[in-house]
Amino acid sequence: MTQLRSDRIYQRALTAFALALPALILVILGVLLVDALPALRRFGPSFLWTSTWDPVAEVYGAAPMIFGTLASSLLALLLAVPLALSVAIFLTEFSPRWLRQPVAFLVELLAAIPSVVYGTWGIFVLIPFLRSYVVPPLKALLGWTPFLQGVFYGNSLLAGGIILAIMIVPYIAAVSREVLLAVPTSQREAALAMGATRWEAVRTAVLPYGRAGLIGAVILGLGRALGETMAVTMVIGNRHDIGVSVLQPAYTMAAAIANEFSEATTGMYQSALVEVGLILFVLTVVVNAIARILIWRVARGAAVGSKAL
Amino acid sequence: MSGASLRRHLTSRVMTVLIVVLSFTAVLALVLILGNLLVKGASSLDWAFFTKSPVPAGQSGGGVANAIAGTILIVGLAALIGVPVGVGAGMYLAEYGAGRLGFAVRFVADVLNGTPSIVIGIVGWTFIVKPSGGYSALAGSIALAILMIPMLARTTEEMVRLVPHSLREAALALGYPRWRTSLKVVARTALGGIVTGCLVGIARVAGETAPLLFTALGNLNFTTSVTQPMQTLSLQIYVYATGPFDEWHRLAWASALVLMGLVLVISLTARWVTRARYGRIR
Amino acid sequence: MVASANTRLRLETAHLTALFGQHRAVRDVSLLFPAHTVTAIIGPSGCGKSTLLRCLNRMHELTPGASVQGEVLLDNVNIYAADVSPVELRRRIGMVFQRPTPFPTMSIYDNVAAGLRVNGGRRRAALDDAVSRALQQAALWDEVKDRLHTSALDLSGGQQQRLCIARAVAPQPGILLLDEPTASLDPAGTQRIEELCHALKRLYTIVIVTHNMQQAARVSDYTAFMYLGSLIEVGKTNEIFTKPKVEQTEAYITGRFG
Repeated sequence: MTQLRSDRIYQRALTAFALALPALILVILGVLLVDALPALRRFGPSFLWTSTWDPVAEVYGAAPMIFGTLASSLLALLLAVPLALSVAIFLTEFSPRWLRQPVAFLVELLAAIPSVVYGTWGIFVLIPFLRSYVVPPLKALLGWTPFLQGVFYGNSLLAGGIILAIMIVPYIAAVSREVLLAVPTSQREAALAMGATRWEAVRTAVLPYGRAGLIGAVILGLGRALGETMAVTMVIGNRHDIGVSVLQPAYTMAAAIANEFSEATTGMYQSALVEVGLILFVLTVVVNAIARILIWRVARGAAVGSKAL
Repeated sequence: MSGASLRRHLTSRVMTVLIVVLSFTAVLALVLILGNLLVKGASSLDWAFFTKSPVPAGQSGGGVANAIAGTILIVGLAALIGVPVGVGAGMYLAEYGAGRLGFAVRFVADVLNGTPSIVIGIVGWTFIVKPSGGYSALAGSIALAILMIPMLARTTEEMVRLVPHSLREAALALGYPRWRTSLKVVARTALGGIVTGCLVGIARVAGETAPLLFTALGNLNFTTSVTQPMQTLSLQIYVYATGPFDEWHRLAWASALVLMGLVLVISLTARWVTRARYGRIR
Repeated sequence: MVASANTRLRLETAHLTALFGQHRAVRDVSLLFPAHTVTAIIGPSGCGKSTLLRCLNRMHELTPGASVQGEVLLDNVNIYAADVSPVELRRRIGMVFQRPTPFPTMSIYDNVAAGLRVNGGRRRAALDDAVSRALQQAALWDEVKDRLHTSALDLSGGQQQRLCIARAVAPQPGILLLDEPTASLDPAGTQRIEELCHALKRLYTIVIVTHNMQQAARVSDYTAFMYLGSLIEVGKTNEIFTKPKVEQTEAYITGRFG
């Protein structure tokens, strides 16, 4: 097919814009690799499992941050998934028609609140609330478990996990809702026609059909939680320690970068922090890639979730 | 009713109630946060808050005029950089994105969308701040633009794909070249949706803090020079909320309310644009 | 074959084959569309009639994987020759589709002027004249002359389709291709379009694809019957409908299949 010169120029211009994206990811990866190289060389893989973080002696190990990142994110998922899936199921299956728009709008609004505002709320509302009303009964009830040892000062893994949970609920809910909306009505009707109740139709027809997508939505939420910075930095306590008690302060990779990067004066200190960034980047890329593949299988390449971002 | 049937209906009832209760718990959290924000923020708002720059630590009074101006400047500049690239990439995906490059770009966009913004902050520092010799608002804008581009690419593609194929055919049959069909008919028809996508993207980066920590850095003084460090509301909130003074905490709440208001206004404008311009062709 | 002495606005296909990948949707069709006549192409769904029409202004090749063999001659020039620009060509051949396709962001006026502007016509007075002339030709002028600058989407379906005809004829194309133009219209709207066909053949050579045989009988001078991608029979419309020569044609027009 012959092509006009102007058409060719147009196509090339758009292609150039599109190529900016792969270029961007290469630049990000390149920058991180180059700057992390000194730390990678010096500490090798033991960076991942050693716990010393000593800028004076120039010895760095990221285990506490990696632990804290995983622990806070898993805690967040534990709390957020039931809430988020409930919202999604409620909105697509049970809600009266007039309620759908307002609730969906409120959830969207929740997703629009900036991270630093969540952090502020966490410091001044959530932590005092936890201290007065949640931790005492929790300790009375389950204080014998290793998860609730020590004195609760406020800034803690628990506070970080809860803030993260509140932040990822709207995200998981929005993507799950789109996945559930993509389930054909015929699936529901087939179950209902067999005499299933509404809940049974959801459990036997809707959820299995959208399962891959729902798991994708949850993993996408995990990806967010892993990389979330400000709110966590403000409430998690920022201490280089590994402990199973959720009442104790902890650290995350993102929080460490946010706190220490601009103070990192020596090359090796900075390089170690960039390596932390590299680990975080690779982790989230893998998690997001898995999530995307799962969601694409359900939604056939539609930009599900891009609105919820 | 038989026992089994009774149990089935009971289970269904319990699950339904559980789902409704959990849903409302989630919504309640939002109402609580917004309520706190409104009550604690509004009581601290006054005229000086909007017109004055910060006073030295420990003193009372002062405002965040510098941060408000900085937010608007940095985010505006980010939009100026990010919108053309993001929308252009989105147009590519919608018009020419059927092949392997399209697939790759789409995948990269989705992966970038999930990249932690703090990582973009590091890249901004290494790639712009270090070579240029200092923190600057411009570096912050570029970092925010990087966050925006993949988002805009995906929403633009989605919006352009909603334009019926028959319109494209009609334009081509009229002797429109492809570029003109794409811009004057397809993109223009999807314009409402594209603008909405851009506004949503802008609203999201307006609240970002992490990518600005080592790029725009923050600044106690009022400045409009994009080559200087500059304050934003988000950076200001971070410093004030984690600081030791009650006066700072008051200002943090007020700043949070203003930032939230700004984000909300942009988001609501986005919805309004969708309804006003886009509702018609569907 | 139908003969015509007039060589102006004469369109002809010669051994035209249209493919989607390996599938031959139109097979070796040679057909003449005489100047200032209405030729109807009829046949059951999937017989290739729309594909044939889309070959006449090179819209067919826009479909990924589509290709064309053979020739289409516009006043004896092959429009598939290497030096013919398909974009230029389409400006000389108007086309109207099954569903009305007014550009939603443009006013009535801008819709009609769209094809003129792309041709480079920008002088206001000339545009005004051309727009009103096109709307008059499409029998829409009286209904819209007082609201030329309102949205084209406020028109009814039938009015939108006449707007699309006005848009197609505004650049004075010579050839007008109608692809089931009344498929989405009510009987009143359909009747107005059919009346237009009669009126417009004075100015244009018209090719209309339809699956409605009564419509073909009402509007056309010549009728071509296609089946499974091949041209089965072509002739004067009244002859095709009263004494078809081929058995398949007779079976189709008497309703025994299709």
